[in-house]
Amino acid sequence: MSFKSAVITFPGSNCDRDALCYLQDLTKGVVYNIWHEEASLPQVDLVILPGGFSFGDYLRSGAMASKSKIINDVIKHANDDRYLLGICNGFQILTEIGLLGGALIQNKNLKFLGKNCFIKKKFKNNFNSSIKEDQVLQIPVAHNEGNFYCDNETLKSLKNNEQIAFEYCKGEFSNSEENINGSIEAIAGITNKKKNILGMMPHPERAYSDFHPSQDGKLIIESLIT
Amino acid sequence: MRIKILIRLKSQILEPQGKVIEQSLNNLGFNEFNNIRQGKLIELDLPDNLSKEEKDQKIDSACKKLLVNDIIEEYEVLG
Repeated sequence: MSFKSAVITFPGSNCDRDALCYLQDLTKGVVYNIWHEEASLPQVDLVILPGGFSFGDYLRSGAMASKSKIINDVIKHANDDRYLLGICNGFQILTEIGLLGGALIQNKNLKFLGKNCFIKKKFKNNFNSSIKEDQVLQIPVAHNEGNFYCDNETLKSLKNNEQIAFEYCKGEFSNSEENINGSIEAIAGITNKKKNILGMMPHPERAYSDFHPSQDGKLIIESLIT
Repeated sequence: MRIKILIRLKSQILEPQGKVIEQSLNNLGFNEFNNIRQGKLIELDLPDNLSKEEKDQKIDSACKKLLVNDIIEEYEVLG
């Protein structure tokens, strides 16, 4: 049975096309592009909320998009235990909806970060099962609000339930940093308790093709498919 | 009636813009300006004939549903 997926486009999304190509090339299955004003989603295995600046990041990153018409069906999709992946702005939208805990605040050094960074997996889930322990992935980031924050209680629960999927780490570049944006415990990506929803700041859809500097982003889709 | 809602990051959360503003002010000689934090102000009109309870309930509901993320922010209705 072929893997079906969908990418939601909001006004201001700018990684939706990359996400569509990423899914088309790696899943070889049907990929739908859904406008945020649609009332329903097709039955798919995976939905991606892509990166960008949905609704101009007005009020707070992801705040407006989290109230879009399609979101009711995105929540239903996730409640049916199907996969939901929020990348960058998509991660911010997932926290604003409340499907993931915590919030993403301004980077500690006030800079927009657009560069390659390094991450490794923390706890195993279906999104990172093809990644080896201690394997360092090179995946780019492009964000201004990627500094993951949560209160101590939430952090404890993220750890106890093994919901931290990825953390930033040092990589092969001499100037690479342990924690690029000031996130609590260098968190780069988290899941919900059931681990069918992943939000991450790095962009795997910008690290899969031959023309990308790294192809490590492939591992996320490979983990889901195999 | 004109409503003003002040939204700020909770005190335990780093507010880097305030820190930079503080540095710049200090550089300009305003050395006694400390602990600067930047927030946001939302102004809106509500009908004059609403009771205080209705008004408070509507503002609270709007803040909880959209205007404020209570994980990181707190709000105060001014005046």
